[in-house]
Amino acid sequence: MTDSIRQCGVAARAATSRLLKPSGWQIVTGLVAVLIIVPLSVLLLAWLDPAWDIWQHLRETLLATLLFNSLKLIIGVGTGTLLLGVSLAWLTGACDFPGRKIFSWALLLPLAMPTYVLAFVFLGLFDFTGPVQTQLRQWFGNGIWVPDIRSAFGVVIVMSLALYPYVYLLARNAFQTQGKRGLEAAESLGCTPVSGFFRVVLPMARPWIAGGATLVLMETMADFGAVSIFNFDTFTTAIYKAWFGFFSLPAAAQLSSLLVVLVFIFILIEQRMRSRMRFSQSRITARAERIDLHGWKRYAATGYALSVLLIAFLLPALQLLIWTLNIFSEEFDKRYIELLGHSLGLGLAAALLITSVALLLAYAGRRHRDRLTSNLVRLATLGYALPGTVLAVGIFIPLAGLDNLLIDTARSLFGIELPPLLQGTIAVMLIAYLVRFMAAGFKPIDSAMHRVTGNIDEASRLMGLRGLRLLTKIHLPMLRGGLLTALTLVFVDVMKEMPITLMTRPFGWDTLAVKIFELTSEGEWERAALPSLTLLLTGLIPIVLLMRGADK
Amino acid sequence: MTQHHDIVLQLDDISQAYDRHLVVRNLSLTLNQGEIGCLLGESGCGKTTVLRIIAGFEPLLNGTVKLNGKTVSAPENTLPPAKRNIGMVFQDYALFPHLTIADNVGFGLRKFSHVERVHRIQEALELVGLYAEHSKYPHEVSGGQQQRVALARALAPKPQLLLMDEPFSNLDVTLRERLSMEVRDILKENGTTALFVTHNQHEAFAVADRIGVMHNGEIQQWDGSHQLYHEPLTPRIAEFVGEGALITGTVKKDRTVESGLGPLQGSFNVDFPSGSAVKILIRPEDIIHTEDSPVTAEVLRRNFRGANVLYNLRLDNGDKVQALVPSHCEHQPGERIGIRPDVRHLVLFADS
Repeated sequence: MTDSIRQCGVAARAATSRLLKPSGWQIVTGLVAVLIIVPLSVLLLAWLDPAWDIWQHLRETLLATLLFNSLKLIIGVGTGTLLLGVSLAWLTGACDFPGRKIFSWALLLPLAMPTYVLAFVFLGLFDFTGPVQTQLRQWFGNGIWVPDIRSAFGVVIVMSLALYPYVYLLARNAFQTQGKRGLEAAESLGCTPVSGFFRVVLPMARPWIAGGATLVLMETMADFGAVSIFNFDTFTTAIYKAWFGFFSLPAAAQLSSLLVVLVFIFILIEQRMRSRMRFSQSRITARAERIDLHGWKRYAATGYALSVLLIAFLLPALQLLIWTLNIFSEEFDKRYIELLGHSLGLGLAAALLITSVALLLAYAGRRHRDRLTSNLVRLATLGYALPGTVLAVGIFIPLAGLDNLLIDTARSLFGIELPPLLQGTIAVMLIAYLVRFMAAGFKPIDSAMHRVTGNIDEASRLMGLRGLRLLTKIHLPMLRGGLLTALTLVFVDVMKEMPITLMTRPFGWDTLAVKIFELTSEGEWERAALPSLTLLLTGLIPIVLLMRGADK
Repeated sequence: MTQHHDIVLQLDDISQAYDRHLVVRNLSLTLNQGEIGCLLGESGCGKTTVLRIIAGFEPLLNGTVKLNGKTVSAPENTLPPAKRNIGMVFQDYALFPHLTIADNVGFGLRKFSHVERVHRIQEALELVGLYAEHSKYPHEVSGGQQQRVALARALAPKPQLLLMDEPFSNLDVTLRERLSMEVRDILKENGTTALFVTHNQHEAFAVADRIGVMHNGEIQQWDGSHQLYHEPLTPRIAEFVGEGALITGTVKKDRTVESGLGPLQGSFNVDFPSGSAVKILIRPEDIIHTEDSPVTAEVLRRNFRGANVLYNLRLDNGDKVQALVPSHCEHQPGERIGIRPDVRHLVLFADS
C-alpha cells in the first residue's frame, strides 16, 4: 500500500520534472524552431522603424502593381497547374493507354528543370528574335501578330508548365488507389461516367489535388528567378530591388512581411488538407484496376501527354543542349570549374548539415511523443513555405545586428577593431538554407524512422544489442535509405536555389545559379545554357529517386 | 413450377474471356423474385466476373443477360450500368469518403424530390439500423457498420436486383457470422432479389436460398444448400461443400455397397449396376463411435472442437474417413476405436 503510494509519487515527480526540464532532444528541436521564429519576428519588428520615405514611394508607384501581379499569378498558375496536373494524373493514374507507364514517370521530368531555366529558354525560343517568331515571319511576313511572351500570360504559361508536377504527383496517388472503383460505384447508383467523374472521382481526390495546388502557389509566391527574367514585378523582385537597388533593408523587410502574410494563408490551407488526406485515405489494399481507354481516346491521351512533355521538358532541354554545344568551347574554362566547385561544395555542406539536424529532429520526435515536441518539430520544418528572398532578409538583419554588437563591444571594452565575423561568409547562407530546406531533409528521414518501431528496439535489446551497437547495427542500416534520399534532395535543392544565394553570398563568390541570374539579366541566353544544363542534370537525380519509389 | 413473370434474373449461356482465356464458360442460371442466390467458388473461378457482367461493367462474349424479361447484355450490346436499376455492394464497400453516411445513401436518389429523398434515406438507414449515425462520415464508423451503410446505399433506390461482391470478406470471423444472418433478414424483410459471390460456404449456407458452385468459369451445380450437401453432383462438389471423405466400394445386390466400413445399405443417388466400383461420400456425422463394433479404425489425428472431436481415421483397407464424436470420449492418435456407419442415403460416384 505505502509502496504503491510512494511509486505514484515518484512517477508524478518524474512526470513534472519531464515537463519542466526539457531533454536535449527538445532543446535541439527548440533551437531549430527559433531559427524560423527569429526571422519572422525581425520582419514584423521592421514595422517599428518603418522607412517611410521609401515606403511612401513604393505605395504610390509599385504596391498596387505588386498585389495585382501576384493575384494574376495565383489565379493563372493555379488554374494552369490544376488543368494540366489533374488531367494528366487521372489519365496515368486511373486509365490505360499506349505509353502510360513511360509517361507516368516522364511527366515528372519538368521538376528537374528550375523554373528560371525554363523561363529563359522560353524567352529565347519565343521572343521577337527567337527561332519561332523568326520562322513565323518568314512564312507569313512581318505583319503577323504573335502574343507577347514577355507578359503575365507568358509567365503564367512557363510557371504552369514548370510547376504542374506537384499537382500531378499528389493527384496521381489519389487516382491510383481509387482506380475504376469510385466510378463504378457511382455508375451502379445511376451516374453516367461523366457525371460520376465530377460527383465522385474528383471530390474523392480533392484533398490531394488541393494539397498539390497549395504547394504550387507557395512556389509561385516564392519564385524569384523566373519573374525577374520576365521583368514581371512581384514581391520577391521588389524585395530584391529594395535591398540591392535602394539599399534599404527596412523597406525590404516590410515588403517581406507582407509576402509572409500571403504565404501563411497557403500554409493554413495546406495543413488542413493534410489532415483531410489522412481521413479520406481509402482502405483499399489491393491494387485498383484501371479504365481501359478505347479507340481514338487511347491515341488522344498519348498525344496529349506527349505534347505536354515536349513543351515542358523535351524541347527546352534540346534547346539548352544546342546552345551549350554552340558555346561550350568558350564557356567551359577555369572560371566555370570554379563556379561548379562553389555550387557542389555549397550543396554538399548544406546537405550534410541539414541531414544531421534533420536526423536529430526525427529522433526527438521519436523519443518524445508529446504535443510540445511534435509542434516544435512542425514549426522547425515549416521553412519550406518561406520564400528565399524573405528568409535572406530575415536572417541577414539579425546576424548583421549580432556582428555589429560584437564589433561595438570589442571596440568599447577592449579597444580592438574586429572585422565582421558573420556578414559575407557562407554561414549566413547555410543558416538560411537550413531553415528553407529542413523539410526536404526531414521528411524522408522521418518516414524511415517510422519503420524503426519500438518493438524493433525491444527485439534488439532481448538479443543483447543496446546503446551504440543498437544504433550502428539496427538504426543506421534501417535509416540508410532515408538519409541518402535526404542528402540528395537537399543537395539538389541547394544547387538550384537562387535568391538566398544571390542575396547573402560572400562578395564576388558566385555559383551556377548566380551566374545564370547575371547572364540572363543581360539576355545572354546562350551563355547561360551551360550552367543550366548542369543544374538540369543534377535535378534528374531526385526524379530518378521518386520514380523508383512511385510506379511499378 | 415457377411462373415466367417471377423470374428477375436470367443468364443464358454466357461466356467471357480475358486475353483469349475463358473465365466464364456457357453459364446459365435463373433467379426468382425475392430469392437470394450465391455463387460459391475459390478465387479466380470467375464468380466476380459474372457479377460484373450482370452489373454492366463488363461486356459479354456470348449469351444474354435478361432482367425482368428485358435483355440488358448481349454480345456487342451492353446497357450502361446506370440504366439497369441494379444495386451493388462492393467488396471494399467503395463508400465515398467525402460524403456523410446520409449523403452516401442518398447518392443514387437524385431523381427524387428532396422530401422523397430524405424519406428514403431514413427508410434505408433504419432498415440496416444505422439511422443514428447518418451525419457521420464513413471513416468514423466501424467496419461492420460501413458494410451496412454500403447495403443501405445499394438498397435505397429500390433496385430490381442487388449484387454483392464478397460482402463479408473484410470483417472478422465473429462479425461475419452475425452480419451474414442480419443481411439475410434485411433482404428478406425488404423482399429484395439478390445475388452475391463468396468463397466461404458458411456464408453461402447462412444467406442464400440457392447456391451455384463455380469452378473454372462454370456452374457445376445450382441448388439449395440441403441438396448441395446431401446430393452433390460431382466428387469435387462433395469434397468442396462441407467436410467428408470418399471411400472405395463395390455395388452388390439389394441396394448394398461393400466397403471398408462393412456393407452399407440405403437409397442411392444414382443407380449403379451390380459389381460397379464406386466412391462413396462419407460425412463425419455418418460415423458413430461404438466400442463394441466389429469395424475398427486407427486414429490418425484429433481436432478438439469443444462439444465434439473430429477424428481422422484410417480403415483397415487404407481408406480414410472423418468422424464427429462427442468430446467426452477421449482417444489419442495411434489408438484403434470401434466405429459403426449410420447412412440411410448413399452418395455414389463412379470410381475411375
